[in-house]
Amino acid sequence: MTPNAFDRRTMLTGSLALGATGLAMPQIAFAKSAGSKNLLLVVLRGAADGLAMLAPLGDPDFARTRSAALADYETARRADSFFSIHPAFEQVGIAYAEGDALFVHAASTAYRERSHFDGQNMLETGGSTPYAKRDGWLNRLVGAMPATKSGVPPKALAIAPTVPLALRGDAPASSYAPSALPQASDDFLDRVSRLYAADEQLGGLWMKALETQEMAADDGLRNLRDAKAVGELAASLMRESNGARIGMVELGGWDTHAGQRNAFNRQARQLDTLLGAYRSAMGSAWSSTLVLVATEFGRTVRFNGTGGTDHGTAGAAIVMGGAIRGGRVIADWPGLGDGDLHEGRDLRPTTALESVLAGATAEHFGLDPAELMASLFPGRSSTPLTGFARG
Amino acid sequence: MSNASIALNRFGYGLRRGERGPDDPVRDLLDQFDRYDPRPAALDGREDTSHKAGEFIRTIREQRRKRQDYLRSGSPDSEGPTMGSATPDSAMRDTTQREELPPELRRALVSGRGAFREDVALRTRIAVNSDAPMIERLVHFWSNHFSVSIGKVGTMHQVGNHEFTAIRPHVLGTFGDMLKAATLHPAMLLYLDQFRSTGPNSQFIRRRRNSARGPRGLNENLAREILELHTIGVDGGYSQSDVTEFARALTGWTIAGLPMTERFSDPQPGGAVFIRVAHEPGLRTIMGRSYRDNGPQQAMAILDDLAAHPSTARFIAKKLARHFAGDEPPQSLVANLERDFLRSGGDLASLTRTLIEAPEVWNAEPAKFRQPFEWLVSVMRFAGIDNLGSRRIVGALNEIGQVPWRAPSPAGYDDLSGSWAGPDALFRRVELAERIARNVPSDDILNRAETAFPGSLSDNTRTWLSRAESNAQALGLLLVAPEMMRR
Repeated sequence: MTPNAFDRRTMLTGSLALGATGLAMPQIAFAKSAGSKNLLLVVLRGAADGLAMLAPLGDPDFARTRSAALADYETARRADSFFSIHPAFEQVGIAYAEGDALFVHAASTAYRERSHFDGQNMLETGGSTPYAKRDGWLNRLVGAMPATKSGVPPKALAIAPTVPLALRGDAPASSYAPSALPQASDDFLDRVSRLYAADEQLGGLWMKALETQEMAADDGLRNLRDAKAVGELAASLMRESNGARIGMVELGGWDTHAGQRNAFNRQARQLDTLLGAYRSAMGSAWSSTLVLVATEFGRTVRFNGTGGTDHGTAGAAIVMGGAIRGGRVIADWPGLGDGDLHEGRDLRPTTALESVLAGATAEHFGLDPAELMASLFPGRSSTPLTGFARG
Repeated sequence: MSNASIALNRFGYGLRRGERGPDDPVRDLLDQFDRYDPRPAALDGREDTSHKAGEFIRTIREQRRKRQDYLRSGSPDSEGPTMGSATPDSAMRDTTQREELPPELRRALVSGRGAFREDVALRTRIAVNSDAPMIERLVHFWSNHFSVSIGKVGTMHQVGNHEFTAIRPHVLGTFGDMLKAATLHPAMLLYLDQFRSTGPNSQFIRRRRNSARGPRGLNENLAREILELHTIGVDGGYSQSDVTEFARALTGWTIAGLPMTERFSDPQPGGAVFIRVAHEPGLRTIMGRSYRDNGPQQAMAILDDLAAHPSTARFIAKKLARHFAGDEPPQSLVANLERDFLRSGGDLASLTRTLIEAPEVWNAEPAKFRQPFEWLVSVMRFAGIDNLGSRRIVGALNEIGQVPWRAPSPAGYDDLSGSWAGPDALFRRVELAERIARNVPSDDILNRAETAFPGSLSDNTRTWLSRAESNAQALGLLLVAPEMMRR
C-alpha cells in the first residue's frame, strides 16, 4: 500500500482543470475552424474491464479482490505511485511515458443497468436513457463542426463493414472495410451510378462509397482482424488534408465472463497494436490528432465462479494524441472496499464519461464545451472536463 | 409494390427462377404453412450432434494439448490457447502457425470450421430451394431472436444444429416450446456460459471447496439474456435480484459428456443434461412468484411463465412487426400481434396468420432494406444458383457482412435499416453482383425482372436494364437495383 492511497481523491481533483473552471477563464477563444484536426473514436464492445486495464495496485483492496490476477502486474509499467498499466499495453505505455496518452478511471456513462446493448446504445447515441436518441453523438459532432474551406462538411468514416450507431444520423458519414471480392469493372460501376442517380438513399450511399474507394485504393488489406493493418488503414484514411476528420473503429471481444486473464490479455494486445500502428502511421498529423477509447461499462470488481467478471458499472478510458497533456491518470478514486462498491459489486463511477468525451472533443476542435456537451450528451448534470490539451 | 410483389419479396425470399408469382398473395402465404418442411431432405445427412457437445470439447482439448506439445517442442515461446474464452473468433485465431503442424493435427484443427461452413451452406441452400420461403424467413427470424454465435469452444459444431433441431420444429408451434428448446440446447448453454455455471451451495461446490481445480460458481449470463433478449425485454419489469435468482434456478443444466460429471448426468430432451449435484438447492423467487425446487423442472417452470408474460407478448409483437412492416412499425399492428400472442398462448401459427392478414404489412412503399443474407438468398433464387460450393457461400456472406450464427452479440443481428445500408456494404454487393452475373445464365432478364417484381418494376430500372451492353450486365444491374435492395 502506498502512503498516499487515502489522499487520492484530493490529489487528483487538484490535478485537473474542471469544466467550470475552464469556462470561467475569459482568455479561451473558441476557434471558428476545425482546420485539419482529427478525432479517432475507438469503441470497445462487450465492456472492457477497467480494473484490468489500469490496475489500482495502491488500493489495498485490489490485492484482496483480484489476487488471482496480481501476477499480471509484477513487471507492469507504473502509471504513477497508485496505478499500473496492464503489460499488454506496450505501445500505449510508451505513449504514456512520452506524454501522449492518459487514462481516466472510475468513469462511466449515465447508464446504470447491465445490458451491453442498452449500455452501448447510450455510449453511442449520447442519449440520457437507452433508445432516447436515434442518431449518434459522433454524427452530431460532425454537424457541429464548421464546414471545410470548400464548403462541404468534414468527412466522417468508420473502419467497419457498416456505419456504427455512434456515427449514424443526419450528417454525412460512411464506412469502409477492405473487401476480398474481385474489383468490379469501371463500366459496371459507372452504370450503377446511373441506375442509382434517381434514388435518394442508394444514390447518396453510392457517392460516398466511390469516394472512399478512391482514398483507400490499394490498401492491400484483406480483413479487419489484423490490428496493425487496421490502425494503418485508419491513419491512411485520416492523415491527408482531404481525408476523414472523424474516424471510428470498433473492437469486440471484451465480454470476459470466463477465463478473463487470457482473454483480456489478448484483446488488450490487439487494441495496443492498433493504437500503436495508428499513432506511428499518422506521422506529422499525430500532433493534431485526438484518440478517445471508451467502452459501454466496466465489470464486477470480484471474479466470478468461472475466472471471469460480470457486467459492472465504472471502468477506464484512454485519451491519446500528439497535443494532449498525457502521462497522468484522471480519477477521483472511489475505493474497492466492500462498502465503497456500487450495489456491493461494481467500481463506483465518480467521473462522467460523457464529460470526458465532450470536454476533450470540444477542446481539441476549439468548440464551446458547454454547448457541445448539451448537443452531444443532452440532459446530463455533469459539466464537461477540460484541461486535456497541452497549453 | 404490388401485393404479389409484397408476398414474394417482403414476406419471402423472392421468386425462384422459372416460377411465376402468386395469383392470390394472401392465400399463397397461408398455403406455405402446409408446404413448410421442418426437416427437409437436405438435412438427412446432417447428424444431430446435440448430445455430443461435451465429447467434441474433449476432443478439441485433446487436440489442442497435442498441438501445444508439438509447438512447444519446436518453438518455446508459442502461446497456448485458452479454454472457454469470451473472444469471438478465438477458435479461428488458434490456427496461427497451423502450417507448421503435422497433417493429422492440422486436419483435426479445421474440422470445427468445416462443420460450421457446411451448416451455413445447408441453411442457405434450404432457403434457396424452399417452396415455403416465408416460413424459412421466420426460421431465420427466430434463429436470430435466440441468437447463438461461434467463438467459444465447441460452438462451431452446435450453432447450426441449434437452428435445425431447436428452431425449425417450432416456428409454427408455440413460443414456449421454442423458448425451452432454444434455451436448453447445448449451443445456447455453451454460448452464454451456462454449461459451467454451478450453484454456490450445491453439493458439487461444497465437496470441491478445497480442491485445487479452478474456481467454479454462478454465472448469470444466460439468465440475464433470456430476460432481456428472449422474453420480457429490458423494460419488462425485472431486477438484478431476479437475474440472480433465475441463474440459480438454471444451475445444473449443462451439456452431456463433460469430464467428471458423466456419472451424475440426467439426460434431458434436446441433448442437454441436468446434473443435480451442481444445482443450487432451494425455493427461487422471480418477479414476485415462487418456484419450488424440483430439479430440472424449476427452470422449465420459470421459462413457461416468462413465455406467457404480457411483457413477452409486447416485446415479441414489436420485434416481429419491425421485421416485416418497417423499422418503426405501426402501433396498431404491434397491438394486434400482442393481443394475438396473449389470446392464443403464444401460438406462432396464429401469430403468423395475424401478421399475414394485417393490412399494415401490405403498404405499397418498401418497408425494409434487405439484410445481406436475405439479399444473397434472393439473388441466388432469382439467378437460379443451386450448386454453389460451401466455401463460396460462406465467403460471399462474409464479404457482404452477415454470416449466420456469427452475430457480434447475443442480441443477434440488428434489424434496423441503418445497420445495413452503408456505402461500403452497398459497394460489396455491387462487386459480388457483377461477379455472379458473369457466371450464370442471364437470358431474358427484363422479362424475368417483371415476373419477380410483378407490377412493381420502376421505369428507371427498366430503362437501365434495357440499355445494358449484355445480358450479364443487365443481370448484374438487376441484382443491385432498388427493387432487389429493398422489400
